[in-house]
Amino acid sequence: MIKFLVYIAIILTALAIGYLVRVFELASSLKGTKPEEITEKDNKLQAKLMLLFLIVLLGFTFWNLIEYAPKLLPVSASEHGVEIDWLFNFNMIIIYIVFAITQIFLFFFAFKYYGRKGRVATFIAHDNKLEMIWTVIPAIVLAVIIIFGLRSWNKITSDANPNSTIVELYAKQFDWTARYAGADNKLGKANYRLITATNDLGMDSTSAEGMDDIVVKNEIHIPVGKEIEFKFRSRDVIHSAFFPHFRAQMNCVPGMTTMFHFTPTITTADMRKDPFVVKQMAEINKLRQEKAKKEGRVEKPVEFDYILLCNKICGNSHYNMQMTVIVDTEADYKKWLAGKPAFYAKAAASKTVIAENK
Amino acid sequence: MSDNHGQHDSHAHDSHGQHDEHHHEESFVSKYIFSMDHKTISRQFLITAVIMAFLAMMMSFLFRLQLAWPGEKFAIINFLLGDKWGKDGILEPGMYMALVTIHGTVMVFMVLTGGLSGTFSNLLIPYQIGARDMASGFMNMLSYWFFFLSSLIMIAAFFIETGPASGGWTVYPPLSALPQAMDGSKLGMTFWLVSMSLFIVSSLLGGLNYIVTVLNLRTKGMSMTRLPLTIWAFFITAVLGVLSFPVLLSAALLLIFDRSFGTSFYLSDIYIGGQALEQTGGSPILYEHLFWFLGHPEVYIIILPALGLTSEIISVNSRKPIFGYRAMIGSIMAIGFLSFIVWGHHMYMTGMNPFLGSVFVFTTLLIAIPSAVKAFNYITTLWKGNIRYTPAMLFAIGLVSTFISGGLTGIILADSALDINVHDTYFVVAHFHIVMGVSAILGMCAGVYHWFPKMFLRHMNKKLGYIHFWGTFISAYGVFFPMHFLGLAGVPRRYYSNSAFPMFDNLVDINVFITSFAILAALVQIVFLFNFFYSMFRGPKSEQNPWGANTLEWTTPMAHTHGNWPGALPTVHRWPYDYSKPGKDQDFVPQTVPLAEGEIDGGGH
Repeated sequence: MIKFLVYIAIILTALAIGYLVRVFELASSLKGTKPEEITEKDNKLQAKLMLLFLIVLLGFTFWNLIEYAPKLLPVSASEHGVEIDWLFNFNMIIIYIVFAITQIFLFFFAFKYYGRKGRVATFIAHDNKLEMIWTVIPAIVLAVIIIFGLRSWNKITSDANPNSTIVELYAKQFDWTARYAGADNKLGKANYRLITATNDLGMDSTSAEGMDDIVVKNEIHIPVGKEIEFKFRSRDVIHSAFFPHFRAQMNCVPGMTTMFHFTPTITTADMRKDPFVVKQMAEINKLRQEKAKKEGRVEKPVEFDYILLCNKICGNSHYNMQMTVIVDTEADYKKWLAGKPAFYAKAAASKTVIAENK
Repeated sequence: MSDNHGQHDSHAHDSHGQHDEHHHEESFVSKYIFSMDHKTISRQFLITAVIMAFLAMMMSFLFRLQLAWPGEKFAIINFLLGDKWGKDGILEPGMYMALVTIHGTVMVFMVLTGGLSGTFSNLLIPYQIGARDMASGFMNMLSYWFFFLSSLIMIAAFFIETGPASGGWTVYPPLSALPQAMDGSKLGMTFWLVSMSLFIVSSLLGGLNYIVTVLNLRTKGMSMTRLPLTIWAFFITAVLGVLSFPVLLSAALLLIFDRSFGTSFYLSDIYIGGQALEQTGGSPILYEHLFWFLGHPEVYIIILPALGLTSEIISVNSRKPIFGYRAMIGSIMAIGFLSFIVWGHHMYMTGMNPFLGSVFVFTTLLIAIPSAVKAFNYITTLWKGNIRYTPAMLFAIGLVSTFISGGLTGIILADSALDINVHDTYFVVAHFHIVMGVSAILGMCAGVYHWFPKMFLRHMNKKLGYIHFWGTFISAYGVFFPMHFLGLAGVPRRYYSNSAFPMFDNLVDINVFITSFAILAALVQIVFLFNFFYSMFRGPKSEQNPWGANTLEWTTPMAHTHGNWPGALPTVHRWPYDYSKPGKDQDFVPQTVPLAEGEIDGGGH
C-alpha cells in the first residue's frame, strides 16, 4: 500500500512540475519573448546571485574554519607532529589566501560583466606578460612548499635511532596486537604458518630473540620523551595503523614489515589536563549524556585517550578496529611493563596449570 | 563515411515521397539501438550515464542517512534494500561498504568516464572537426554496447545472494582477493571484475576511434591549431585512456588469477579463516602500483573533457575569445604528460621507499602549475566580457570555482609529510569530490544544457536550469566543504559509523549538516531529470545556431542527417574563437567564414 502511494506521489509531482513549466512557457510567449531566450533581466539577476554567492561562500568557509576549530585534533603529542602542524598551517594560510583571491576575481567578474544590450566584449586573445607572471608566481610558491615539505618528510622518515624502543603492531580483522621486544630490544622471528589459537602472532619458539618478547592486547603503553620504533605486520588484508594524535600513520601489509618511528612528548595524564582537551571532552560528555538520557541508558563520562585506529578498509567491522595508547612517564611505563610476563613465560605457566589440573 | 553516403541520406530526408525504398536503412533497430551514427551513440551514452548517475546518487543518499543518523530506522532503507540488508530500516554494515564501493565505481567509470567522454567525444569530435562520422562506426557501436553490458553487470551485482563488491572502489587485494575476508569479495567481486574488463574494452574501442578521427578526418583548413579546445581535451583524454586502461586490465587479470586459479601475484603469508594460505611471494603493493598507474591518469580522463567543454561554453557566452588559446593547449598536454608520473602520491603510506615518495611529491606539485594557468585563463576570459547567463554558462563558472577550491587542497595531499595525518581520512574524500567529482559533474551538466539543442533539437527549460544550477552548486559546497574538517578531526573514510570512538562524538552535527545538503542536492537532481526528459519531447524547438557560436556543429541542419552536412563538408578558414572581433558586423564569426583581406587569424586583429 505504502509502495503504491509512493508511486502515485512521484507521478503526481512529475505532472505538477510539467504543468508549471507549461505555464512558464505560455506566460513568456504572452509577453512576446521566446521561453528559451536569455534576456537582459536574466543576466542581471544571475549576475547579482553570483555576487551574493561570493559573499556567502567566503562567509561560509570562514565560519567553518572558526566553528569547527574546537572540534579538531588537539596539539600534537609527538615531536615531529608539531612540525607537521606548523607546515600544515603554513600551507593552509597560502591556500586560503589564493582561494579567496581567485574566487573574488571569478565571481566579481561574473557579476560585473553581465551581458547588456549594446555592449560589446573586448577582443583580447592573450597577453604574454600576464601569462608569464601567473606561471612564474605559482612556480615560486610551489617551490617553497616543496622545499619545506620535503625537509620535514626527510626528517620524519629518516632511520630510527638505534636505541629506540621497538614495538611490533600486528593487525588482523578486526583488532590489534602489540609485541614488545623485551630486554634485548630485538623481536623474535615469526611465521604465519605457526599461527595457532594460542600463538596469535605465529611466533617461532626456536628464535632466541623471541624468548623475552611480551605480547599485549587492548592497550599499549609507551614512555614519554623516548623514541619508539613501530614495526607493522598484517595477518590477512591491508590495514593502516593511524595514530591521529601523534600525526603518525603507516600501512600494515601482509607479506612485509613496514616501519614508523616517533617520540611522544605529552603523557596521557598531562593531555587530559590540556585546556583544549578539557573543553572538548566536556562537550563530548555532554552530548553523550544527552543521547543516553534520550535512550534511557546510564552513561559514565569518558576520559580522553590517545587512540590507534585502522585507516584502510579491511572488512565489515573496519569501523571498529581500535586500541588505546597510553603515554606514561618513564617510571610508570617500566612498572607497567614489568607486570607483563614474556609470552613464553606465560605459555609455560599456562601449560603447568593445565598439567596440574590433570 | 563517404561524401556520397551523406548526400544520399539527406536526399532521402528532403523528399519524403522516395523515403520508402530506403526504409531498410532506417529501421528502428539500426537507427536507435544498434546504430553506428555518432549522434545516436552519443545520446545512448548520455541517457545511460544519466540513469547510472541517478542510481549512484541514490546509493550515496542511503549511506549518507546512515552516517548522519547511525542506528536510526528509515523506511526507505528497508523499502529499497529489503530485510536482508536493511532490516527494520537500519543499513547493514556489509551493505554500507557495498554502496560506498559501487557508488564510487559507477560515478568514476560509468558516469564520468564512459558517460562524459562517451557522450561528448562522440557528439562533438565529428561535428567540430567537420567529419561525416567517426573513423569506425562499427567500433563506436561496439564501444557503447560493451559499456551498456558493463553497466548492467555492475548493477546486477545487487541482485545476487552475497551482494556486490564492497572493498572500496580501488578494490585492493588481499581484501578483494579473498572470499573469506568479506561477503563482497565473493561472487560480487567477480561481477565487478567482469564489468570492469568489459568497461576497459569499451573505453579502448572508443578512445582509439577518437584519436584516429581527430588525427585523420579533420576537414579542409582545420589544422590542429584551429581545433576548438573541446577537441584538444577529448584528444588528450583519449590518449591517456589508451595508454593507461590496459594497465588496469592487467591488474584486473592478475587479480582474477589470484582469486580463481591459486596464483600469488598479490598474496603472501596470509592466515585467514583459521587457515594459512599456500600463496607466498606476491605483494599487494604491486596491485596498488598497477591500479594507480591507471587511477591517476583516470582523474584527468574525468576532468579534462569537463574543462574542454567549459572552455568552449565560457568563451561563447562571454562573447570573447578564450584567453590564452595556445597556453590552454600547452597546459592540457602538460597535465596529460605529468599525470603519468604522479601515481605514487596515492601510496605515501604503503611503506614505499621515502625517497621515491619525495620524487612523487615533486612531480605532483608540478601539476599545479598548468592547472593554475587554466584557472587564470578562465577568469580572464570573463574579464571585460558581455556574459550571457545560460544555464550552461552558470555550470561552467561553477566548475571553475570548484576546480580551484578542490585543486588547492590537493597541495596538502601531495605533500607527503602532510599526507601522513590526512591520508585516507575525510579530507581526501572532500578533496577529490570537489576537484573531480563535483567539477566534472558541473562540466557535464554545462555540456548537456549547451548542446541539448544539437542533440535533441529542442531547448531545455531555462528556469528549471537555473534552479538546478543554484541548488546543485550550493549543496556541493554544503556537502563537501565541511568534510575537510571531519578529516582534520581524524575521521577515517569508509567507516560505517563513528560511534565506536567517543572522540568523534562531537562531530555528529557536521554529519547531519552534510546529509541535509546531500538530500537537497538529490531533490534538485529530480528537477534536472524532469527537465531533461520533458524537454526531449516537449521543449521549445531550437534554431540552427541558438548561442551564436563559431564552431562547425552549428552549421549543420536542424535534423539528424546521416553524414552531418547535406552537401560538401565545410571548409575552415579561421580559429574558433573570433567573438566580438573589431570591425565585424556581428559578435561572432563562424569558422567557415573566409579571412578578410589583411585579417590575422588566431586572435590578432
